[in-house]
Amino acid sequence: MIESYIPIFLVIGFAIVFAFGVLLSSTAFGPQRPTSEKSSTYESGMKPVGTTRERVSIKYYMVAMLFIIFDIEVIFVYPWAVQFKKLFSEVGISVFYSMLVFLVVLELGYLYVYKKGGFRWD
Amino acid sequence: MSTWEIVIFTLIKILVIFTIMMLTVSYLVYFERRISAWTQNRLGPNRVGWEGVLQPFADVFKLLLKEDIVPEQAEKKIHSLAPVIALFVAFTTYAVIPIGPSFNFFDYNISLVVADVNMGILYVLALTSLGVYAITLAGWSSGSKYSLLGGIRSSAQMISYEISMGFSVGGVILLSESLRPIAIVESQGLWMWNAWIQPIGFITFLVSAFAETNRLPFDLPEAEPELVGGFHTEYSSMKFAGFFLAEYANMIISSALIITLYLGGYQIPFIDITTLGLAHWFEVLIYITAFFFKMGALLFFFLWVRWTIPRFRYDQLMNLGWKVMFPLALLNIIWVAVLIMVFNL
Repeated sequence: MIESYIPIFLVIGFAIVFAFGVLLSSTAFGPQRPTSEKSSTYESGMKPVGTTRERVSIKYYMVAMLFIIFDIEVIFVYPWAVQFKKLFSEVGISVFYSMLVFLVVLELGYLYVYKKGGFRWD
Repeated sequence: MSTWEIVIFTLIKILVIFTIMMLTVSYLVYFERRISAWTQNRLGPNRVGWEGVLQPFADVFKLLLKEDIVPEQAEKKIHSLAPVIALFVAFTTYAVIPIGPSFNFFDYNISLVVADVNMGILYVLALTSLGVYAITLAGWSSGSKYSLLGGIRSSAQMISYEISMGFSVGGVILLSESLRPIAIVESQGLWMWNAWIQPIGFITFLVSAFAETNRLPFDLPEAEPELVGGFHTEYSSMKFAGFFLAEYANMIISSALIITLYLGGYQIPFIDITTLGLAHWFEVLIYITAFFFKMGALLFFFLWVRWTIPRFRYDQLMNLGWKVMFPLALLNIIWVAVLIMVFNL
C-alpha cells in the first residue's frame, strides 16, 4: 500500500528541484546593475507615497473565517459520499436523512451569515 | 514490481509528462496570442519561425537574459519564495491525473498515471489550496500597493470558489464511491458521464475552475486597467516567467481535472473500442488521443470565454461565489443522492 505513494514523493521532489532551478536561473544569466530608481517600488512613474503596511478591510477577514468553517464541512461530506451506495443498500434511506440533517444545519448557519450581511460587498 | 522498478518507471513517466506539460504550456501561450489576435482581427506573433511557432522559445530566452529586479521595499526572502510555491503547486498536481488506461509492456503492467493513489482527488484539492499562498505572499511581500491589492483580492476570490469546487466534487464521489481518479473515470462508463448526470455540479465546477485559475471573466487579481499587473507587478526575469508558467500550467491541470471528473476521462462516447478487435497498443493510443482531444477542446473554450465575456466587478464576483455557486453545489449533492436512491445508478 505504502508503495503506491513512492511516485508522489518523487513528483514532489522533482517539482521542488524544478521550482528552485527556475528561481536560480533568474539571477544566473541576466545582468545585475541595480540603481535606486530601478529598485524603487512601482507607482506609475511617481515617487511612492506611504507604505503598504496598512490595515485591510474587515471583509477579507470575514471571508477567510467563513472559508475555514465551510471548507471543513466539505471534508465531512467526502467520507459519507464514498460510503453512500454501500450503506444505502445495507441500511436504507436513513443514510440520506443523516446527511440531510447535517446539510440543513450547515444551511442554517449559512442563512444566518447571509442575513447578518456577511456576504455583502458594497 | 520491486521498489526500484517502480522508481525507474515513475521517473520515466515524470519526464514524459513534464515534457508534454512544458510544450503544452508554451504552445498554449502561443495559441492564446494567435487566437486573441484572430478574434480581434489582427495578426498576432507571426515572425519568429514559420507563422511564429518559435515565439514561445524566443520569449523564454528573452526573460532568461533580463535583469532580476527586487524592489528595496520588498521582503526579499518571501518575494523569492512566492514563485517557487506557485511552480511547485503547478507541477505536482498532474501526478494523479490518468491520461489513458493501463497496458502491458513486456512483463510489466504500466498505468498511464504517475501516481495511482486512492486519495487522488484529496491530493489535488490539498495542493491547489496551497496555490493561494503563492499569490498572497507575492502580493504582500512586494511592498507595492498594486501587488498588495491584487494579492488580497485574489486570495479572497480563490478561497471563496474553493468551497463550491469542493462541494461539487462530492457529487462525483457519490457516484464513483472512490477518490481514485482512475476509478472515477471508469465509473462513468462509455457515455454516462457526470456532466450529463449532474449538470449543476459540472457548471459549478467549471465556473470555480475559471475562478481558481484567475482567468477572465474572473481575472480580478491582475485587472490591468486598475492594478497594472496585480500580484506580479514587481516581478521580473524568470520569477515572472515562473508565475506565467504556473498560471498556464494550472489552466491545463484544471481542464484535465474537468475531463477526469465530468467528461469521462480518456474514454470515447458510445463506441466500445475494446470490441473492435484492434491491436492493444492501438487501443491505448486511441484513448490517449481522445484525452488530448478533449483537453484541446476545453483549453480552446478557456480562450474563447476570455474574448467573449467581460470582467466581473468585485462585488458581483463574491456574490456569485457565495450566493449562487455555494447553494447550487449543495443542491447538486442532494440531487445526485436522490438519483442514486431512485434509479440505483
